[in-house]
Amino acid sequence: MSKLAGPIGISIQKPQFFRAFLGLFLRDLRVLSRELGPFMLRVGMQPLLFLFVFTFIMPRMAGGNPMAAGAGPAFGTVLLPGLMAVAIMFSGIAGVALPLSTEFGITREIDDRVMCPVPVWAVAVEKVCFSALQSIVAALIVIPMAIWIPAKPVYPDFHNWALLILVLVMSSLLAGSMGLAIGSTVNPKQIGLVFSIVVVPITFLGCVYYPWAYLDKIYWLKIAVLFNPIVYMSEGLRAAVTPGVNHMPVWAILLALSVFLVLLGRWGVAGFLKRVIS
Amino acid sequence: MSDTIVQIQALTKVFEGKQRVTALDGVDLEVKQGEIFGLLGPNGAGKTTTIGICTTRTLPTSGQVKIAGIDVVGHPAQARRLIGVVPQYNTLDRSLTIFENIYFHCRYFGFSHSHAKARSEELLEQFLLAERSKAMPSQLSGGLAQRVQIARAIAHRPTVLFLDEPSAGLDPQSRIAMWTAVQGLRKDGITVVLTTHYMEEADELSDRVAVVDHGKLLALGTPQELKDTYGAQTVIHLKLRHVEGGDAVAQEMRQLAGVQNAEVTGEGLRVFAANVDGLLPAIIQTSARLGLRDISITEPSLETVFIHLTGRDLRE
Repeated sequence: MSKLAGPIGISIQKPQFFRAFLGLFLRDLRVLSRELGPFMLRVGMQPLLFLFVFTFIMPRMAGGNPMAAGAGPAFGTVLLPGLMAVAIMFSGIAGVALPLSTEFGITREIDDRVMCPVPVWAVAVEKVCFSALQSIVAALIVIPMAIWIPAKPVYPDFHNWALLILVLVMSSLLAGSMGLAIGSTVNPKQIGLVFSIVVVPITFLGCVYYPWAYLDKIYWLKIAVLFNPIVYMSEGLRAAVTPGVNHMPVWAILLALSVFLVLLGRWGVAGFLKRVIS
Repeated sequence: MSDTIVQIQALTKVFEGKQRVTALDGVDLEVKQGEIFGLLGPNGAGKTTTIGICTTRTLPTSGQVKIAGIDVVGHPAQARRLIGVVPQYNTLDRSLTIFENIYFHCRYFGFSHSHAKARSEELLEQFLLAERSKAMPSQLSGGLAQRVQIARAIAHRPTVLFLDEPSAGLDPQSRIAMWTAVQGLRKDGITVVLTTHYMEEADELSDRVAVVDHGKLLALGTPQELKDTYGAQTVIHLKLRHVEGGDAVAQEMRQLAGVQNAEVTGEGLRVFAANVDGLLPAIIQTSARLGLRDISITEPSLETVFIHLTGRDLRE
């Protein structure tokens, strides 16, 4: 192959793909290292406040406040996996959709990376993988918070490490794919709107604050939320972190995560290709 | 393929949409190893589309482009190793310093850490950017940013460098600095393909020039050959108050000794002459009755070549 590169080019080697991919990953790592503080605040603030209000303040006002009775002392246990799912979701979207919308915008900064000696889809996949790394960090940060903040500490029950790792990785990749799909198909000016009308609703209806099994009385909603990928993130983490709480069967969770990952991943990559190749 | 490095064959590109636009309409070109090749044409002639296809960013509707024998549509990732691109707009990575822009570009192309670091330092020296290595792109002037873009584009030692309108938006001083930088690439053996709508730029920089308009190749040759073949004429532009009687006056002009052709334009007349010495009084006299209000003369240049080929000004 090397002679294809012409007299002064460097030779084309097999590991070309991985080295370019590593280069892209290192670039993102460098950029993230510059804004580590804002990153921690971004991923930490929401679970911090949620735990503080619902598991620290509420239990202390149990007598008079009708909402506190609903939340109850065990609410922390329900909340832990849900908040991890939200952290994954927001981090995935903020890690891909937001940077992409500026890089696709006026500056076209993505151009130099698109000109890497790898297929263009690999540039999109790298974005998803890097955001998955951020999502995993974001999810893990929730665990110490759940131990320290609530009136009654919530200890995760890591009974099945393989399942935990699998669900964490799949959920994080799924969140990144969703970020890619949003970032590459939505007009940069409307990205804020998409947050309000897509991201927030699917989070609230993503079985984050209640297990799916408890939706029995509202049957139509129980079926409708099955089309929401966040449900499987929450339920998957529930199965892995707080197995004592009711959750969907593990096979169904993994199947649904895989299906959504393939669908959103393909959609996102197709959108990305459309944006960079005319 | 001995010394042909970029081979463009029957290239067409049609942008479908509300308005169907034929950007390229069957272009054939060959760029030779080591030359500086200029694509000259007005905005919308198809220059950027040609570069877009050569650099794997735009897919052709039909036709083929090969870079050092590699088909850019079939093997885009392989082709990208051989090409460097400096786009029209500033695409420097705003989240990275100047040094990091070049360093990570090298990493994308598989350089090791030490190799990438050495190469970046070398380029910053070569392009007189060493002092600004820690600056962010937003702190640079247009001319400096352009130089960083060129340094970044050649960092992986490409065989061909594509420059799209390299002097658009540059002040005259930065433009000359950029020309010097481009001419300097020649000694590294880098072939350069540049697009421009500035005649002086094409004339000054290019070994060979292709004149394009409406997606078609109109002429090809060294600047001198083009001037000899198409433009060995002085063009006299006449602005008239009354254009109505223009045809008759043009007819009269053609009878004048030394005038090779005369044609009516929107504002008046355009007269092509081999030599203006002694001709001007007659031209002024002939056109006076239509109310001559302005006269300008363009000496033989790529500009007159372009007017000869397309019947209009590059800037029109």
